[in-house]
Parts: sequence; C-alpha cells; structure tokens
Amino acid sequence: MKTFYWLVKREFWEHRGGFFWAPIITGGVFLLLNIMGIITAEVVGARHGFDFGASSVLHRVGTQMDAGDMSRVALTMDIAMFSATMLIAVVLGFVVFFYYLGALYDDRRDRSILFWKSLPISDTSTVLSKVVSATVLAPIIAVVVGIVVGMLQLLIVATTLSFHGVNVWHLLVLAHPFRVMLNLIGYIPLYALLALPSAGWLLLCSAWSRNKPFLWAVALPVATGLVVSWFGLMGLFDLPTVWFWKNIVQRSLLSVFPITGSLADEASFTHHVAGNSDLSFMDLTNTYQLLASANLWIGVVVGLGLLAGAVWFRRWRDDS
Amino acid sequence: MSAVITASGLTKRYKSALALDNASFRIEPGRIVGLIGPNGAGKTTALKAILGLTDFTGELSVLGFDPRKQRDKLMGEVCFIADVAVLPRWIKVRQAVDFVANVHPRFDRAKCEAFLARTKLQPDQRVRQMSKGMIVQLHLALVMAIDAKLLILDEPTLGLDILYRKQFYQNLLEDYFDENKTIIVTTHQVEEVEHILTDLMFIRDGKIVLDADMDAVGDRFIEVMVGADRADAARALKPLDERQVFGKSIFLFDGANRAVLEELGETRRPSISDLFVATMKGTYA
Repeated sequence: MKTFYWLVKREFWEHRGGFFWAPIITGGVFLLLNIMGIITAEVVGARHGFDFGASSVLHRVGTQMDAGDMSRVALTMDIAMFSATMLIAVVLGFVVFFYYLGALYDDRRDRSILFWKSLPISDTSTVLSKVVSATVLAPIIAVVVGIVVGMLQLLIVATTLSFHGVNVWHLLVLAHPFRVMLNLIGYIPLYALLALPSAGWLLLCSAWSRNKPFLWAVALPVATGLVVSWFGLMGLFDLPTVWFWKNIVQRSLLSVFPITGSLADEASFTHHVAGNSDLSFMDLTNTYQLLASANLWIGVVVGLGLLAGAVWFRRWRDDS
Repeated sequence: MSAVITASGLTKRYKSALALDNASFRIEPGRIVGLIGPNGAGKTTALKAILGLTDFTGELSVLGFDPRKQRDKLMGEVCFIADVAVLPRWIKVRQAVDFVANVHPRFDRAKCEAFLARTKLQPDQRVRQMSKGMIVQLHLALVMAIDAKLLILDEPTLGLDILYRKQFYQNLLEDYFDENKTIIVTTHQVEEVEHILTDLMFIRDGKIVLDADMDAVGDRFIEVMVGADRADAARALKPLDERQVFGKSIFLFDGANRAVLEELGETRRPSISDLFVATMKGTYA
C-alpha cells in the first residue's frame, strides 16, 4: 500500500504540469475571460449611457421575484459553477489522453525504465498506479479547482452587480454549491469506470509500440472503422456501421473525456436530460443509473483485459 | 554458501543473431566478476537475462530465484546500474531519495545521505541539470545505500572523465563491497577494473570463452619477452599471440611450462587487456 502511494506520488511529481497546473491555468483563463467580458460590458454600457443598475429588470432581480424566478436564478448560478468545471474537464480529457499514451512509452524511449525496473516494484502496481493517477487523482484536482473557480466567478458577478446598486448577495444563497460539489466529486468513480476502455487501450499502445504510440493508438481503431464502414461488415452482426464507431472507436479513444463518457449510454442520458429543465441530470441518483447498463460493464471488462495486456508488455517488452 | 548465480545452457536468439549461445557459468558469493567481451558479444543480454528483463531458454537461478517467474522477489535482493544516465531527467535528488527510501525495504537513508554529502549534489537539483558524472554519483549513492546481495553494473563509467571513474570504483570497493556481496561488472575500460576483479569471464559470440579467478589467470597465462635471436624457439611453443616492442617480441602463452619460458626471456603476468586482445583476435574480421 505504501509502495502504491509513492508510485502515485511519483506520477504527480512527473506530471505536475498536466495534473495540477493545467486545471489552474484553465480556471484562471476562464475567470480572466469573464472579467474581460464584464469590463467590455461596462465600457459599452457607459458609452451608450446604459446603467445596469438602473435597468428595471435587474432591479427586479434584487427586490421582487416569485418562486419561479428564484429557481431560475439558482439554476443559472449552478450552471455557472458547472461551466467552469466543464471547461476544465475538457482540458483534463486532453491531459489524460496524452498522459496515458506516454505513461509506458516515454521511460522506454529515454531508457529510464531501467532505473524503475531496478526497484522491487511489480509491473502490475506500476500500471495500476498510472490508471489511478489519471482517473482518480487528476479528476479530483480538476474538480476541486473547478469548484473554487466556479465560486470565484459567482463572487465576481455578485460584486460587479453590487457596484450598480443591485444587491444579489442574498441570491447567492439560492445556489447549491454543496450539491454541485457533491455531484461532481461523486461522479469521479463513475468516470473512472467509464474511462477504463480508453485507459486500457491507450496504455496498451503505450506499452507495446516501439515508436509513435499516438499514431498506432489512433490509426488502428480508425482504420478498422473505415474498413468496417466500407465493406459494411457490421451487417454480419445485424448492427449498423455506426455501432462500431460509437462502441469501439469512440470508447477506445475518447472515453477519457468525462463528457463523452456519460454520453456512452445515450439512451439513458437523453432520457434524464429531456425530462428535466434543471440540472438534476447531474444528480448522482441519475448519473449512477448508468451502473445498470450492461454497456458500461462490458467496457469495464474489456478495459481490464487491455490493462492486463499492458502489464504483460510492460513486463516482457525488451527494447532498452 | 551456495552459488549466487548458476546458469546452464543459456540461449537467447534475436531475430537475426544468436546473442547467447549455450552459455553456462557459476558465480560464487563474495566475488567481483568482470564480464568482458567485444561489442555485440552478448554481455548485456546475459545481464538482462540475470535481471529478468528478457526471455531466454536454458536454466538460470539467481539467488535461488528464476528471474523469469520471480522477478519481483528477486529485485528486492539485486541492484543494478545499467549503462550511465538512465535516471529520469525530471526527478530531483530529494525525490529520488524519498522514492527509493519508501519503495525499497533494504534502503538505508542515512547511508545514502552521507554519500550525497560528499558530492556537490543539491537536494533540489534535477537530473537534467546534472553532468553525466553527477548522475552516476547520484545513482551510485542510491544503489550503495541498498543492502543488496548482488550488484550488477553494465558499463557504469562509460563517458565519464578519469576523476569520476577512479572515484566510482574506489567508493565501490571501500564503502560497499564485503564478503556477503557479489558484484558483476561489464566494461570496456578493462585496465580500470583489472585490479579490483577477483574473477574474469570473457564472452565472445554468445559463448563464455574464459571463466577463471584471477589467481588462476596468473598461473595459466604467461607473457614472455624474447630477443630476436630466440623468437623462433618461442614460436615453436605455439603462443597465443605475438607482438613487437622495441625490437623484442612479446609472446603470450596459455598453459605453457613456466620453467621453459623463463629460459627464453623475462616472464610476467599479462595484463587483462593484452589477454583480451589475444583471445578476441579476429572477432570483427
């Protein structure tokens, strides 16, 4: 257990830039864009003699709202909190994708694998530590940063409005920061399961390829997809060609992106979104319904199989 | 004590070439073995087989473990410095020490820090900021703090200047080696290890062509310096090798009668490099 903790720590040392600074910088840019947007609005507003505070709509926001308005304001604020995390999640997807491709390849290329292999660490722990680093540690950091950025953004908006005499501070109470936080953090284990097919495939390519793991990882599924499409091979299984692209190509390559992960089971996803005008589709009771889909578990099994392959190649690949 | 390594019929074939050809040998504890051979003779392959880094056919037991099946256990007892400069470039001195201290049960942190204190290495220095010599110093400090039974060094001083090279072997002898440890070293700089070796193994085309301890080498191989007038007499005794120095001929004999040779001229123990050159004659031809 102690060894495993240090293996994950090792990954963090090496990839501090991607795991830690990338979300922070993304969040910073996000806030900066928001502030610039507000300043632009202020300048344009001032030039045209338009004062936000004087506008009747905004005044109404501060003073007289019915329950429907209240819930809409709350929803807007929750979306604002989610949106920062969503942006960071996209960046996280890229970070994790390239992290996996390099994880078992870079140290073979620079031969530092010979140092790691001189220590009493099993190849299974090595590979698993990389999976845990990218699908548990990195998302936790991303979510924490996302939440902080989301809160800062609410504060910035509220402060700006209060300069115009609109008191929205009490509206902030309407947001559900804790619900948002809980939903995001609770989503991480689900993300880890959904990302397993990609994790397995990318790590396998990383452990196996002698050069250019990116090319192999992308070209193999895409080329197979093209062949399948061209010859209509899926017809043999009574399935549309699209099935292959969605279940093989997309899941092997893109399920590291948290968003495509939840889209993997489109039917249940649209069901939840369509029925609700609020953000309850992000509620854990809804997201975790994915656990009931066979599709998810097939992906998990396939992912574990690919990881076993990655461990095997890590053990026996002999090119240093 | 039983042997540290026993190998019999070790064979490894790469796509085109035979890297190990039915090699058999045995290494006893408390020895410093030099594994010497020309480029591509199979030295590194032999070491990789011992370390469980490559597959092979034949029997091999290292400290009682099969490196193919029990590598994880084996690595608790074995250490290796493979080539120079294989430490990851991003790691800091402090991180390297922390990491090894926490994953290696036989690592002695105080010992490692004492070694590091004798160098110019700073805790926050990254490997990418170090010279080759400093990287080897760091690697050696990490390895010497591990109480391993077997240490394997594959060209550990390649590309280092003479100060680092001398210091490397001096540290190894003074602060690390004892009768419970075994060291296997491959190198091209034969003259440098010559004085510390207890055993010598020559490998050529995947075969072990010489396997003897240094005393036996001294008894078996004799070099004799002969004047031009008696050179033909010496040639008649079938020397292994002949070379000319200052108008005299130097002959190298394997297992010849010492008394006979002493009559021909001045005898002495050959240097390992001369022995090596004579043994490997025609390798690249």
